[in-house]
Amino acid sequence: MIAPAQRPDARRHLLGIGGLSPQEITALLDLSEAEVAVSRQTEKKKSVLKGRTQINLFFEASTRTQSSFELAGKRLGADVMNMSVASSSVKKGETLIDTAMTLNAMQPDILIVRHHSAGAVALLAQKVACSVVNAGDGAHEHPTQALLDALTIRRHKGRIARLIVAICGDVLHSRVARSNILLLNALGAEVRVVAPSTLLPSGIEEMGVRVFRRMDEGLKNADVVMMLRLQRERMEGAFVPSVREYFRYFGLDAAKLAHAKPDALVMHPGPMNRGVEIASEIADGPRSVIEEQVEMGVAVRMAVIETLLARAEGNT
Amino acid sequence: MSDRPLVIEKTRIVDPARGLDAVGTIIAVDGRIAAAGPDALNQGRPDGATVIDGQGLAVLPGLVDARVFIGEPGGEHRETIASASAAAAAGGVTSILTMPDTNPVIDDVAIAEFVMRTARETALVNVFPAAALTKGLAGKDMTEIGLLADAGVRAFTEGRKTLADPALMRRIMTYARDFGAVVMHETQDAALAGHGVMNEGLLASWLGLPGIPGEAEIIPLERDLRLAALTGCRYHAAKISLGESAAVLSAAKRRGVAATAGVSINHLALNENDVGQYRTFFRLSPPLRREEDRLAMVDALANGTIDIIVSSHDPQDADDKRRPFAEAEAGAIGLETLLPAALRLHHSGAVPLMRIVEAMTAAPAKLLGIDRGTLKPGAPADLALVDLDRPFVFSEELIRSRSKNSAFENARFEGQVLRTVVSGRTVFEAAGE
Repeated sequence: MIAPAQRPDARRHLLGIGGLSPQEITALLDLSEAEVAVSRQTEKKKSVLKGRTQINLFFEASTRTQSSFELAGKRLGADVMNMSVASSSVKKGETLIDTAMTLNAMQPDILIVRHHSAGAVALLAQKVACSVVNAGDGAHEHPTQALLDALTIRRHKGRIARLIVAICGDVLHSRVARSNILLLNALGAEVRVVAPSTLLPSGIEEMGVRVFRRMDEGLKNADVVMMLRLQRERMEGAFVPSVREYFRYFGLDAAKLAHAKPDALVMHPGPMNRGVEIASEIADGPRSVIEEQVEMGVAVRMAVIETLLARAEGNT
Repeated sequence: MSDRPLVIEKTRIVDPARGLDAVGTIIAVDGRIAAAGPDALNQGRPDGATVIDGQGLAVLPGLVDARVFIGEPGGEHRETIASASAAAAAGGVTSILTMPDTNPVIDDVAIAEFVMRTARETALVNVFPAAALTKGLAGKDMTEIGLLADAGVRAFTEGRKTLADPALMRRIMTYARDFGAVVMHETQDAALAGHGVMNEGLLASWLGLPGIPGEAEIIPLERDLRLAALTGCRYHAAKISLGESAAVLSAAKRRGVAATAGVSINHLALNENDVGQYRTFFRLSPPLRREEDRLAMVDALANGTIDIIVSSHDPQDADDKRRPFAEAEAGAIGLETLLPAALRLHHSGAVPLMRIVEAMTAAPAKLLGIDRGTLKPGAPADLALVDLDRPFVFSEELIRSRSKNSAFENARFEGQVLRTVVSGRTVFEAAGE
């Protein structure tokens, strides 16, 4: 597997899982555990980032991820500002650089950025003086999602190494899949992908995964079943013929899940298409940890923000 | 012609049109080559000549670059005819074929004549406008190929576009054949390429960028070659990038199809790995391919399957390049680096010098039917005086093009142009010469 190269200034930013060492990943997960405890207290606020400014810059709408980052920043004591830039008003990347310069002039300490174009967050990071967290860039990476998935798995299974993790569905368009493939491989899991070939990227066999086109084979003995969202515009003839056909062969239901280990975890990055990639009874069933993933999301984002700002301020 | 005669002595003369590679003298008088070869000094130097000692240097015919995108008319902020010609002169390029993707499109006689007139008034090098195959590059109605050819247009091309409709392509080729017009065509199926922005494969997949499969080039190329066979049209595949394309082309040539092909210098010198982490100066069309394909392009150049090398000079302003990769414009400038980058193939021993020079001089001149690209007596005195071994770094401040989107920024080269001459007149001299 060819791991993507790390940028030289990567330590100031979190632009992707690519380039992180297993030690760095583990350290982030360990700190996240402590943040979980903070979030479960009555008094949920730390003062470690008192006086710091965090700007959430979302070029692509996402209520869930944006709220999660907002809460993470606030629980650390930072002042958090949300900026949603509707993609319709964005005149391509021209304003991406302009926006970066404008925000930079406001002296933020950290920028959380989501953009619909792969590489856009790294481009923006080159133009600002503060730390940048990639909250999802096109089909490239979504590192905090992979970290929260790993944290969820580790809390249930005690480890990542040697677990069989099946990532199922639209791998082609998924930044979640790419970040997870990188992270799970870094920590020694056996990663599988299960999807129709129209939803798999070129060269997938060389990305450090075993490839399956049937759910019963791909889920066999799996410890974790990770479902991916299928965008509506892709499900009616463009990449798969119909919702019912997709659900029949690739939707997670009880019969397919029966091939996984009895204690297998069911995960989904959300938002779910019930009855498309996952049956409601499974999403709400005893093996689902989907809600817990949301909780872990806040903890992981707290850990990431705290770590980057500590580094930027030379405290580590 | 008021210019003094020019004499370059004791220099290596590389003139592929005559198969000449020898040390000798070049004499240019009244804008034309009077003599070029070992015995050129037999009749003595002309009176009042500028004499240059060419020892240790080489003289090549001025390069003929058959694929140059310019911004004039309509995109003068990117490049004017004058600024492109200055870049060409600095690169030893003395003739350029300009593409019709301008605003307005070069699709009728008046606009073609505007370019030729502007070139006469402002350009340092010879400018030959290519005209569109269809009006407005809209892919619907054919242009006035006869009238344009009579006005001096040497080639017809849809610019960056590939005609999707095979019936229209067939009719245009049939009609063009009657006028002996050359049809140059980029071959990339727009639907199959889709939203792709780089070569399809593992690298694109990790970067999360949509890929362009090789078949998007091969399928229209095969179609065009079949239509060339059917119509007897003089067909030129403008920019191929794949080993498979070379194989398809070679087979067609063996069957007797009147086809030729070009490759951009980028596809001889670079591969998809150069994209690195979303470096938009390496977003090109066709996309940079795998190293195996680059090597196949070099082989195809060496064995003559590929006829010519082009710069595919394509200026884009910074605002159109400083974007996320998938939103950046494709293209890179190349007039100034065409020769130095091509000389890498000479220094590495991959392609003989004579063949490299032929592919940028005699071969494109023949394709366009112009009396240039050679140093034979009587030809216009278009030449480049080159130190084939001098190392230099192509830094941004050297760039003469109005746009700075070079895929060779800060590249190390061996082989620098010291002087460029068009019709006997020096149009470029390297600093310090």
